[in-house]
Amino acid sequence: MKGVNSALGAAGLAAFLALGEAVPRLGLVKEAYFPPTSRIAEALGNELADAAFWTALGDTLTGWAVGLAVAACAGIVVGVVVSVVPYLREATASTIEFLRPIPSVALIPLAVLLYGNELRSVLLLVVYASFWQVLIQTMYGVQDVDPVADETARSYGLGPWARIRYVLWPTALPYVMTGLRLAAAVALILTITAELVIGSPGLGARIAIAQSSQAVPDMYALIVVTGVLGLLINVGARSVERRALAWHQSVRGEVMV
Amino acid sequence: MRRFLLRLAFTVALPAVLLAVWWAASDSSTDVYWPPLRTILKTFPDVWTAERLRTDALPSVLRLAGGYATAAVAGVALGTVIGSYRRVRAVCEPVLEFLRAVPPPVLIPVIMLFAGIGDTMKVVVIASGCVWPVLLNTVEGVRAVDSVMAETARSYGITGAARLRHVVLRSASPQIFAGLRQALSIGIILMVISEMFAASSGLGFTVVQFQRGFAIPDMWTGILVLGLLGFLLSVVFQLVERRALGWYHGLRDSTRRSR
Repeated sequence: MKGVNSALGAAGLAAFLALGEAVPRLGLVKEAYFPPTSRIAEALGNELADAAFWTALGDTLTGWAVGLAVAACAGIVVGVVVSVVPYLREATASTIEFLRPIPSVALIPLAVLLYGNELRSVLLLVVYASFWQVLIQTMYGVQDVDPVADETARSYGLGPWARIRYVLWPTALPYVMTGLRLAAAVALILTITAELVIGSPGLGARIAIAQSSQAVPDMYALIVVTGVLGLLINVGARSVERRALAWHQSVRGEVMV
Repeated sequence: MRRFLLRLAFTVALPAVLLAVWWAASDSSTDVYWPPLRTILKTFPDVWTAERLRTDALPSVLRLAGGYATAAVAGVALGTVIGSYRRVRAVCEPVLEFLRAVPPPVLIPVIMLFAGIGDTMKVVVIASGCVWPVLLNTVEGVRAVDSVMAETARSYGITGAARLRHVVLRSASPQIFAGLRQALSIGIILMVISEMFAASSGLGFTVVQFQRGFAIPDMWTGILVLGLLGFLLSVVFQLVERRALGWYHGLRDSTRRSR
């Protein structure tokens, strides 16, 4: 069954690529706007041979990784502290509910003024956007701690640190992993957005340059690269999640928010 | 009454403290980029007049609504078709996974080629970015329809539109709403940055205009308006979701309690 499915999937992908080749060739859309697959592939080959492309890819990945790491650490620490300290959760709920839906792109003008097109302005946007994903999931996870387990640990004389390590953390981990997976995808979106709009060096800026110099096939090739990057990040995040939760009786489903 | 007051205190306390800290810390600020909160609030009514709301905020919201509604309808319709047929799903899955992974903002330059820089471009950008979470979640939801329920419906002779409406879409709706929620935040991002790219009106355009003109307090009010808009939309979404999924939340609470 699995073999049939992947064969069908490969056929679907091949049909998609063939469609991309046929539509502009048949003149259904202007070739200048939508180059056929083969021309995009050629442009992609040129990009891959260009050292500047690899620098841009490195810049994008740096922004993504640093932003995600900062957001993840901050989100986990704040999430645990807010849920563990009595009354802090109630006191912060309204503030979190207000700050969370603020679109991080609203901060773009501020980032431009403060940091120009440095890496720091990318990080400002990435951290703001992905922090909430991790924070919210961590808080859900800590809330899910079984009171019986917690009280058992308490009556066996486990101190606060031991309880966090052996009771709270294993319960919260599946949720934290979900948060990290969502945050990884959001962080990539914001990294590319910041580069595209602010012009910080990276793949996004390269797309903007390709667009303004009318290098349409290169623009499509770079977009394909960002798509592949997104795909790799999704797949990578899933496999990290599975590995980190290998001990869990069932790798849990998506948490409904 | 006492409990209500306590809850009110919990809700208001921290925001009040934060605002007070912001006010006090920025009050004597001479840094151009961090104007005193007092100045920002004083500028607010001058900048965001009814006229400006009509010429800038309204077009933004209408574009968002248009793109989001298109994405929701297209996503649910396509997702239902793809989710209902195993073979179709197997064929489409890799392509959809790839298209979803493309960060939506990079679509702006592409769509500008086809649709110029007018309103159509913005609506298409928003729709094409929002459609993926809705589509993929609908596929998952439709696929996961409880088989006992589906077969019961079949043996009662419920087919066609009634089956679609009462069995398939109903049981997929929690997943569909999860997708719609993700799509909403993507939609706001795309609304703002598509206006930053090329526009003559809209919230994103106005805020960037202020920033380029170094009208810093005005820019801050713009950031506040964007924040408020994001917050309001999420409140509206929650209200709609609570109504539409009331049965589901009730069901989940009761199973959780009986466990």
